[in-house]
Amino acid sequence: MPRRTLGVIVNPVAGMGGRVGLKGSDGVEILRRARELGARPEAPGRMAQALKAVSEFQDKARVLTYPDQMGEHSCVLARLPASVIGRTDGEQTTPEDTRRAAREMAAAGADLILFAGGDGTARDLYHAVGEEVPVLGVPAGVKIHSAVYAVTPRSAGELVVLWLQRRLLRMRSSEVMDIDEEAFRAGVVRAKLYGYLRVPEENRFVQNVKAGGVVHEAEALQGICAEVLRAMEDPDCIFAVGPGTTTRGILQELGLQNTLLGVDVVRDKKLLANDVTARQLLNLVDGHRAKVVVTAIGGQGHILGRGNQQISPEIIRKVGRKNILIIATKEKLVSLGGRPLLVDTGDADLDQELSGYTRIITGYGDYVIYKVG
Amino acid sequence: MGRDPETLLRKYHQARWDEEIICEMDVPGERGILVPEAEPGIREAVGDGTSRIPENLRRKRAPALPEINQMRVNRHYMRLSQETLGTDVNIDISQGTCTMKYSPKIQEHVAARNPGMAEIHPLQDESTIQGILHVYYQFEQFLKEISGLDRFSFQPGGGAQGVFTNASMVRAYHASRGDHRRDEVITTMFSHPCDAATGATAGYKVVTLMPDETGYPHVDAMKAAVSERTAGIFITNPEDTGLYNPQIREFVDIAHGVGALCAYDQANANGLLGVTRAKEAGFDLCHFNVHKTFSMPHACMGPAIGAVGVVDELKPYLPLPRVEFDGERYSLDYQGDPESIGRVRSFLGNAQGVLKAYAWVMQLGADGLREVAECSVLNNNYMLKKLSEVPGVVIWYSEGKRRLEQVRYSWDKLHRDTGVGTDDINRRIADYGIQHYWPSHHPWIVPEPFTLEPCESYSKDDIDEYVAVLRQISKEAYENPELVKSAPHNSAIHKVPAPSIDEPERIAVTWRQYVKKQAANSSE
Repeated sequence: MPRRTLGVIVNPVAGMGGRVGLKGSDGVEILRRARELGARPEAPGRMAQALKAVSEFQDKARVLTYPDQMGEHSCVLARLPASVIGRTDGEQTTPEDTRRAAREMAAAGADLILFAGGDGTARDLYHAVGEEVPVLGVPAGVKIHSAVYAVTPRSAGELVVLWLQRRLLRMRSSEVMDIDEEAFRAGVVRAKLYGYLRVPEENRFVQNVKAGGVVHEAEALQGICAEVLRAMEDPDCIFAVGPGTTTRGILQELGLQNTLLGVDVVRDKKLLANDVTARQLLNLVDGHRAKVVVTAIGGQGHILGRGNQQISPEIIRKVGRKNILIIATKEKLVSLGGRPLLVDTGDADLDQELSGYTRIITGYGDYVIYKVG
Repeated sequence: MGRDPETLLRKYHQARWDEEIICEMDVPGERGILVPEAEPGIREAVGDGTSRIPENLRRKRAPALPEINQMRVNRHYMRLSQETLGTDVNIDISQGTCTMKYSPKIQEHVAARNPGMAEIHPLQDESTIQGILHVYYQFEQFLKEISGLDRFSFQPGGGAQGVFTNASMVRAYHASRGDHRRDEVITTMFSHPCDAATGATAGYKVVTLMPDETGYPHVDAMKAAVSERTAGIFITNPEDTGLYNPQIREFVDIAHGVGALCAYDQANANGLLGVTRAKEAGFDLCHFNVHKTFSMPHACMGPAIGAVGVVDELKPYLPLPRVEFDGERYSLDYQGDPESIGRVRSFLGNAQGVLKAYAWVMQLGADGLREVAECSVLNNNYMLKKLSEVPGVVIWYSEGKRRLEQVRYSWDKLHRDTGVGTDDINRRIADYGIQHYWPSHHPWIVPEPFTLEPCESYSKDDIDEYVAVLRQISKEAYENPELVKSAPHNSAIHKVPAPSIDEPERIAVTWRQYVKKQAANSSE
């Protein structure tokens, strides 16, 4: 069996803001303040924790990393032999260093890039490799809204080991989310969907040893798409399909061009418009029966108001609560750990109206009643 | 010899025979049984026998079965049996939700060896099988009293088939009323998955209620789920968590309010016998797993019994035939009502199983049945207390609240602390002579789950030994996680590499497949 190539990237400054009470580490000014307040780089240590498990299987992997704190130190700490590629300019690393490292590793044939960081780092990976090379995040940042991280550094390492042993074969597209840090430090949380990265499918909710009868995400998504397509049989009804990995499959199934991060509009299984604004959407649905298809976005489970702000309060009121189709896999709902799905439309009264127990499409002819808070 | 009195652990080691597959043991010409030649008179009458079979039914080639002598076959299966951990060998608390109680051996003798039972045939005239018909009738009276419902059928061959039978009756009921709008059934996440699956098989869409922090669904979720399209609810109580939903009557009333029927999945009934009944909770249908609560053996996906019960109004829909009694004689009613869903299994279903369960109830009496429930709940809560003291174990949902007959536990803390998860412990537990435990249905809602059910058969001593094993493994996980992760070490088969069973090119469930795939893989 040929060895697999693992890329290792550490964003050494990730997480530095957190320990000293700053709500993020992005931006030179914040970093300077973090250092003044005594923050120390923690990400290299967290990466080393993840790599400990990997070092036991070093014969199965060719490891590529970046100099010093960007990965080399972590590999040494974990006693994992690695080829150091690229170079950095002195002490300060920048987002551009992360992007360059990811691009160079992809070019050098990395089959998977393990990176330590937070949401900002995930965005850099997304910019560099998109969905071309699978990645996995070691959680080290202050903000972890993106769904591309293992739960702990140790579990990231265990996932890599499973992948090296070819016991973990499925990849899924997961959201890269980040918040507006300026607004966040002012106390306002406003997350944004930036794109998708491919990550190994971690079966936290099924046995590691494959058991019969377990529905994998791909099959669950097919069932959900089939259920929405059944509703689309109605030729007069307009469907506004919001962003998300779950919704994306619907347009793909119809063979229609879809917008990764936008709202697409369909009628009679034909495309009316791609990537509409709130105003365009309002004009399209005006005078028609319409349904809106949304899914839970990000680790916190927002169905409205994160990444799909085009579906404005005005449109939601117009189509009515009953015509909002919420789709999600059961695994996604379970991953919320009992927390409700969230709506943040910007209209507090509407948020209130939308809350309560509601029906989620979880498969073909298969629904879960779940709380929207 | 014996257990260490301090730790309660034994030095267990399983037999490991490295036994061949029986097809590999073929010795051409060997025979297990020599069949005597037919007598001359018979030969004259039928010729060589095979030529009387129509040409198109005759094999062209002899079946590729192994030829092996009797002693070797016997040795083969004895060896295989030593490489398993059967219910009579280990402390079988592991299979939570399965109620692995002791099946007294006398029942086996009465049902399987007694010529009066072993030598009867289901096609005999009913006047000659009055005994077993009496047993059917009497056992039905017992279940009527235990559930409060009005009629029962013992035809379904297992719990899921019982639930499917109930779903079929729900469908027949609405159809007979000309009500064709209803196309949905409701169940809960911690009900057995067959409550969703059999509803879907019966053609219904399935609406599932999620538990809230109490461990069971909120009444408001139920209100949001029902509509004029709801045909029925299929629900367990207590659910797999062992928590009893105290608002069950409200759930039933909400369903009745929209004209739906309510089916009670009573697979988890061991903690309820003589305490609560389906009738008082308002249910229209129920089912019991006779192979769980009523002590007949489980039979490994084979001949079990899912006894289904209904209220009078639903009696016309029950499967056929039904056992009737006119005060003097027992008879089989094959016609029944025109609305009946018909047969769900051949003949009378599992008659031996009914006899075993009948014998078990007769040994206990009504007071004994209640004692079964009380003892199983007491055992379970004792074990809950003991396990809550084991490092790494988490009691999920409603901590501090008593459970009924089982608990869904979690190794979440242990997993976070040590990286050792429930799958690892499940392999390690076999090193102490205990069969693998039941984690949970999918998806796992409780992380790193395990589900245990110390029913009334087990003594305090048994439970203490079981807890001691888990305590030991927890200790090992904190001190030497690799030991647990690489388990089992003392078992017939060591760790099976995954993925294995979902690789189509490697899995073989028949000898023919095995030979074919071996050839294909070796030629690569």
